Amino acid sequence: MSENHRPAAPPHERQAFAGTGEIISFTTVREAPEGYEDQVPYVLALVRLDEGQMVTAQITDLDGPPAIGDRVEMVTRKLTTEGPRGMIVYGYKFRRPVT
Amino acid sequence: MRDVAIIGIGQTPVGEHWQLGLRDLAADAARSALQDAGIDSVESLIVANAFGATISSQSHLAPLVADFAGLRGVETFAVEAAEASGGAALRAGVMAVASGAVDTTLVLGVEKASDMIGSARVRARTVSLDADDEAVQGATLPALAALLMRRYMVEYGVELAAFEGFSINAHANGAKNANAMYRNLIKQGAFGKAPMIADPVSLFDGAPDADGAAAVILTTAERAGDLVPQPVRIIGGGASSDTLALAERDDLLWLRAVERSTEQALQRAVISREQINLIELTDTFTILAALSLEASGFAARGEGWRLAQDGSIGLASRLPISTFGGLKSRGNPVGATGIYQAVEAVLQLRGAGGANQVSNAQIAMIQSVGGLGSTAFTHILST
Repeated sequence: MSENHRPAAPPHERQAFAGTGEIISFTTVREAPEGYEDQVPYVLALVRLDEGQMVTAQITDLDGPPAIGDRVEMVTRKLTTEGPRGMIVYGYKFRRPVT
Repeated sequence: MRDVAIIGIGQTPVGEHWQLGLRDLAADAARSALQDAGIDSVESLIVANAFGATISSQSHLAPLVADFAGLRGVETFAVEAAEASGGAALRAGVMAVASGAVDTTLVLGVEKASDMIGSARVRARTVSLDADDEAVQGATLPALAALLMRRYMVEYGVELAAFEGFSINAHANGAKNANAMYRNLIKQGAFGKAPMIADPVSLFDGAPDADGAAAVILTTAERAGDLVPQPVRIIGGGASSDTLALAERDDLLWLRAVERSTEQALQRAVISREQINLIELTDTFTILAALSLEASGFAARGEGWRLAQDGSIGLASRLPISTFGGLKSRGNPVGATGIYQAVEAVLQLRGAGGANQVSNAQIAMIQSVGGLGSTAFTHILST
């Protein structure tokens, strides 16, 4: 196998996470896809989990602008509804820890 | 392997063609390219398109394009690699001719973004993102670019205004290109005040999706010399891939696919970076332009923006980029964009660039990048 085709990262594996981490980048989405317009403006972020893995996720329950370095924890939320009679898609979002 | 050259080019104006369909735009570009090459048939047709199925409700596009381009019966297939579809199709065409499978092929890119508007188009466009890990979160390509850009600004201590040079340059060049979508100039200072799409990515940062078609005809370098006065040789090519999801990258601010494809292309062309007279890169966002220049080895890590700020990328500068306006001003007919780059590089190398001509252009690099670096195709063209 040539140098160019050596796998650059380990294969994808299932891992368990504590669900906590910190914001390493964020943006406020103002032009949203169909199915997400009613959430505009919403904050999308890159979160570095404490185990090292990065995830792309919305930051929810914000009472002020987010900042890089903010600690966040995972919560389960509705992500989108696929039309009035469509499926409701649930998934993870992150919020600042509730103390 | 046989050497390959471009003997014909064609392009439609880039913009919103409400009165024309995918097939009309494609037929127009194909006819122009055949006429330019002085031939009336080819052995195969490769079609580059990104969003025919989702935006234009049309897949199985290749035979449709062949039919309307007057090439019914020809071997044909379509290639999809999001924004890099054009570069991927060009590579497939080069391989077809270099291998001896065919002697002449038409490589055509076409997109019809205006078949949808508003949030429906935004939704249709997210199919090129990682559906399970990013798009489901409400991510869009501009939003992911914004995540990269903010991280870049924080890690390297760079202000928003540092990126404006890319957009100013693109529009200065596009203003002189009759085929460009937005021919307005961007004044210094306006970039930082533009409305945000996903901060810090603004309207003056992200390239506009557009309609358009472009085509090139490839044949062997040996035959090319007998057919046209100014064939343009494809002297090197390289291709690579990276994760689709941004969050899966171990080095967020380094475009590995761009790096590898550039290295391969330079090696195969047996040239150094100093010999390159102009670059058509994928400036879908200013951050992608900066990161591409870094990964391609034209700027140090964290300093790609400096080339735009210190005037190194203008038509009369050391390293002209986006010489006909790039994606930002010429417009981004997504699947066709990589072929527009090839057409524009050929115009430069023929000395037919008109008001956009780079003086004494001998070698051009074109780089077609899908998404935010998930695929990259780099080609080196020479007189």
